[in-house]
Amino acid sequence: MALTDQSEASERALVARARAGDRRAFGQLVTRYMRRAYYAALGLVGSHEDALDLSQEAFARAFRARASLDPDRPFYAYLYQIVRRLCFNFVRDRRTRRVRLEEATPWLMEQAGSRAAASDPARAAERSELAALVEAAIDRLSDREREVLVLKEFEGLRYREIAELLGIPIGTVMSRLYTARRNLASGLEGKL
Amino acid sequence: MSDREVRDPKERARRLMMAGLDGELLAGERAELERLLDDHPALRAELERLQRVKEVTGSMALKRAPEEVWGDYWASVYSRLERGIGWILLSLGAIVLISYGAWHGVKQLIADVTMPMYIKAAILALLVGIVVLLVSVAREKVFVGQRQRYKDVER
Repeated sequence: MALTDQSEASERALVARARAGDRRAFGQLVTRYMRRAYYAALGLVGSHEDALDLSQEAFARAFRARASLDPDRPFYAYLYQIVRRLCFNFVRDRRTRRVRLEEATPWLMEQAGSRAAASDPARAAERSELAALVEAAIDRLSDREREVLVLKEFEGLRYREIAELLGIPIGTVMSRLYTARRNLASGLEGKL
Repeated sequence: MSDREVRDPKERARRLMMAGLDGELLAGERAELERLLDDHPALRAELERLQRVKEVTGSMALKRAPEEVWGDYWASVYSRLERGIGWILLSLGAIVLISYGAWHGVKQLIADVTMPMYIKAAILALLVGIVVLLVSVAREKVFVGQRQRYKDVER
């Protein structure tokens, strides 16, 4: 049996047990997906504390609504729907209250080994400024645009995977990505 | 027509540009994109601009969370689950006690011959109003929430 088949079978068994109320099985699902859920939330809300809180809340809600868990469907796809709903509501609420993220800690960093990072260390401040500008430009994107951009650029998913996760056609993924990048280009005008 | 194709030529060009940037062009699409770029210099300029955006975002990553976060993660989720049960028990207990108190209060109110009738009617109306409002809110939370689980999610 291939490794992925084994993993799927084990996940199906864990989901079935969690559905029956087995907290230990659910705990294993949490351990398996906590990083992915956290980073998905971080990309959507741009704050470590909030991403931690929202991703944990998503797991708690997933367990409370365990009757709707389907062992034949990937658990993460189910969980991600809860994560994104919580994050979108949170961001909307934050926008309504006009809470600014200016004092928040950075949530993006230059990748180790990237061309820019490997160049002159004296440009660190400039690179940090660029990261802050990118963060601000991403923060101005709509929820949908931000979501596909994060899934593509920071989670490295392929179009097919994004489409399946969001339940939308691949063409829509591509269109949203185009709009996101065009708006990002406008937001970074003069810095590109 | 596959779900990535579209009749609008502008939209088609945008999608091809994205697929080109992300290395997701299908067989035959590269030639189609090249033709479009040759025919429309403005598209080529836009693609170069978007390429620079891709380079910038591609050079960045989400900031890593401190490793100790993962050690306590499940414990925090577990605490939330326990608190959920606590809230349910607390709410049930409160509902039973308040209902019991209200029932006895109403019985005494009706039995009290010294209190004017209109005061009794007002107190009863107030209590019935509160019950109707609570039931209405609870019903909305339970039933509407179940029917439209992802009502707040934009697709």
